[in-house]
Amino acid sequence: MSEEKQEREPLFSAKNLKLVKGPLNLNNPITVQVLGICSALAVTAKMKPAIVMAISVMVVLAASNVVISLLRNGIPPRIRIIVQLVVIASMVILVDQVLKAFVYDISKQLSVFVGLIITNCIIMGRLEAFAMGNKPWPAFLDGIGNSLGYGLILIVVAFFRELFGSGTLLGVQIVPPGFYNIGYENNGLMILPPMALITLGVIIWVQRYYKRELIEENK
Amino acid sequence: MQEIFNIFVKSIFIDNMVFAYFLGMCSYLAVSKTVKTSVGLGIAVIFVLGITVPVDYLLNEYILKPGAMVWLDPAFAKADLSFLSFILFIAIIASMVQLVEMVVEKFSPALYSSLGIFLPLIAVNCAILGGSLFMQERDYQSLAQATSFGLGSGVGWFLAIVGIAAIREKIRYSNVPPALRGLGITFIITGLMGIAFMSFLGIKL
Repeated sequence: MSEEKQEREPLFSAKNLKLVKGPLNLNNPITVQVLGICSALAVTAKMKPAIVMAISVMVVLAASNVVISLLRNGIPPRIRIIVQLVVIASMVILVDQVLKAFVYDISKQLSVFVGLIITNCIIMGRLEAFAMGNKPWPAFLDGIGNSLGYGLILIVVAFFRELFGSGTLLGVQIVPPGFYNIGYENNGLMILPPMALITLGVIIWVQRYYKRELIEENK
Repeated sequence: MQEIFNIFVKSIFIDNMVFAYFLGMCSYLAVSKTVKTSVGLGIAVIFVLGITVPVDYLLNEYILKPGAMVWLDPAFAKADLSFLSFILFIAIIASMVQLVEMVVEKFSPALYSSLGIFLPLIAVNCAILGGSLFMQERDYQSLAQATSFGLGSGVGWFLAIVGIAAIREKIRYSNVPPALRGLGITFIITGLMGIAFMSFLGIKL
């Protein structure tokens, strides 16, 4: 019955749209599901690598969600982790080769973090939680939604770090040069790794302040 | 010999996996609620990093590097398989974790019962794959250097997770603003610990 109903659903029904919108705020993969922190923080010193990283994760997540969802009835449960890792690793190799070919500088800046998309918990988590039990089209939307949520946080963190750390955005000078003459200094601490953690902590604070239902009990 | 020791100390304090590269944050956040479990996971990570980094070093040295397969046949001098490194490293890691799990279960049931549940988690811990990828990128010269880098990174990760777990056990009694409770405050504490660890940057090795 439910199978039949799904087939008649329009491609962008309300339920499907929710798959895309949910992860942007209430079910955000980074701040709520706590997945994929590793790569989220390391690439956010500048906007450009953050955007490239977000796009790479989107490609890998959407593609491997679809592949696993197509294969979901043929994968023996005992070896599913290995199968998922192989699918993800092949997608990541593709993305890595494309990045090396077209944006070599950024690929050098991202260094090992492109490879680490393989062990990015968002991807394993979504494959396990969603793609193993759903049809390809919802799985694709789920992949897009979650990687948008991930990219959103990445870009917000990178925005603050680049603006306050280097006074630029996407490499364009934003803080007027006159400010430096009257004593304004770039905050060098923002470029350093620990500030990424603190910025993210503050983002979580702001989000939970407005979304009371996300607050954790003191346990 | 001194070089090897330097790499060990450097990978614990200066290039700490958690504070300098944010690797293994997922399990770092999920398993750091009590000191006891985090000690278990920390030891398992040292163990697996100490094995997989040298194995991946040999794999990189004799199969993946450009021209690495000359020992098989001089005709392979131009072969470059380095694009396969992600998939081979992750396969080695997944199978090593499985192997370690079986060996530990057979020879030391006591250790197995304390590490048991953490071992499968480790296959998808970014710190492990990150260790192998950094080893490849930094181009260590010998097996001993790669091993000491693997063990040192493991010890650094161990220190970080035990430290945060101890702080989280204490912070339960503090009055944290409601919206910061749990995840938020953990991030901020980790950031502060990272700033503390940056004071090691001045050490010249």
